[in-house]
Amino acid sequence: MIATGDMRSGPPPSALAADPLVVPVIALQGVTKAFAGRDGAAVHALGPIDLRIEPGSFVAVVGPSGCGKSTLLRLVAGLDMPDTGAMQRYGTPLDGPSHEVGIVFQEHVLFPWTTVLENVLLPADVLSLPKAAARERAMRLLEMTGLKDFAHLRPQMLSGGMKQRAAFCRAMLSDPRLLLLDEPFGALDALTREELSLELSRLWQDLGRTALLITHDIEEAILLGDRILIMSERPGTIRADIAVDLPRPRNADTAKLPRFQEIKHQVRDIIFNRGRA
Amino acid sequence: MAPRSSRLLSGATTPLIYLVLLAGWEALAHVMKIPTWILPAPSAIAEAAVKWAPELASNSLVTLRETVVGFLLAIVLSLPLAILISLNPLARKLLYPILLGLQSVPKVAVAPLVILWFGLSDWPKIVVVVLVCFFPILVNMIAGLEAVPKTMLDLMRSLGASPHMVFRRLRIPVALPHVFTGCKVAVTFAVIGAVISEFVAAQDGLGYLILISTAQSQTPLAFAAIALLTVLSIALFHGIEFIERRVVDWTP
Repeated sequence: MIATGDMRSGPPPSALAADPLVVPVIALQGVTKAFAGRDGAAVHALGPIDLRIEPGSFVAVVGPSGCGKSTLLRLVAGLDMPDTGAMQRYGTPLDGPSHEVGIVFQEHVLFPWTTVLENVLLPADVLSLPKAAARERAMRLLEMTGLKDFAHLRPQMLSGGMKQRAAFCRAMLSDPRLLLLDEPFGALDALTREELSLELSRLWQDLGRTALLITHDIEEAILLGDRILIMSERPGTIRADIAVDLPRPRNADTAKLPRFQEIKHQVRDIIFNRGRA
Repeated sequence: MAPRSSRLLSGATTPLIYLVLLAGWEALAHVMKIPTWILPAPSAIAEAAVKWAPELASNSLVTLRETVVGFLLAIVLSLPLAILISLNPLARKLLYPILLGLQSVPKVAVAPLVILWFGLSDWPKIVVVVLVCFFPILVNMIAGLEAVPKTMLDLMRSLGASPHMVFRRLRIPVALPHVFTGCKVAVTFAVIGAVISEFVAAQDGLGYLILISTAQSQTPLAFAAIALLTVLSIALFHGIEFIERRVVDWTP
């Protein structure tokens, strides 16, 4: 059966039974975040959130826009600090960005003044990784994503989907243990989005990493995730934690499975039926 | 056939217009018998240009030298200030209002004082050029250094980039197009600054030549000098544009 989280408060019983011996990739406890609103008053944006991400799992977070799911990702990335609560990454306090974490942003954020290859090599440049090995890895990643022939072009020569593929290669260059995806296909058209999410599913399986995906696309979340976290409206909390027990590798036919539709309806029900206060 | 000839025609349009205008001017000057000391015909200007070629050349070099040295000096001086103001909030708070205030001072009005302070050499003229160029370059440099999209800063931060790395890999390339915009504005100002300071006090330069020749009713020579100044200004502008196209070879 699918485990559904407690709708009100406290840590949702994880869909994957948490093994206390396994050090989670990410562990958040009672994390909250507020922002200064327009009138100067604090706007409670997120939390309290309790979250445990197990090694090797693909966690998809869905929720209405403005629910703080991007804020959650920024906290996990170490780009922002929470107001209250504790955050750990591999069992040590999470207090800033780490080269063990790769991020794909909603926009590709490629530098227009340099080539696709140089863009992918940016982490190696910043982290002073050995050049030859980094270059070799970059070319391998570009080949995996079908961008090998475009390595020496400027990003503006690429299509939207190709740019996002290049951004994915850049995020993977330093061989991060955790991949954070902040609506990576949000700016793309529907066809490209579907194509890329299937491709990402395949790549994730080949590369075997832990991943956290932020999305507002339910089908995308089901197609990619082992677990789907459903967030409430602001202040965003985790309302449900659903296991996606669909077989891998997943492909275009996965969406036709009755189980896929079942999960989809379940997620939609949680978001829409109980989404309105 | 037709497309090629029409392309040839469109390429020739601008020179053709200039040619027609010059011919009209020439004809008008002769037909209306305008005295040369008021408005010389193009032929008279050309004649004067040939006759005074050595003087025009040497004085052009003086003005060009003042303009270029002052312009380059303005870049060198504004660079550290722009970096300081864009990176340090305190420096920004203290210096930026002062600089914006100073920018509003008509630099031309200060020229006599500059000459009073720096005496009769090339320096007062260079100082006026620096004053005129400094602000457009500085303001655009600051705008450029601050034009970095937040997403790019987030990316660099997520990679753990040092401020030095962010500056070198991100701020400088983002700033470059802005810097060139500032330079193109400034270089046209620079020529004006040089001429003004030559009007105020000088023994050479195209501005001085214009002043002397009009005083002596050598109007064709004044016109020749003005034509040279125009060419100088256009050449400097295109020179910067030429460099820009090689440096900023991307579309942001």
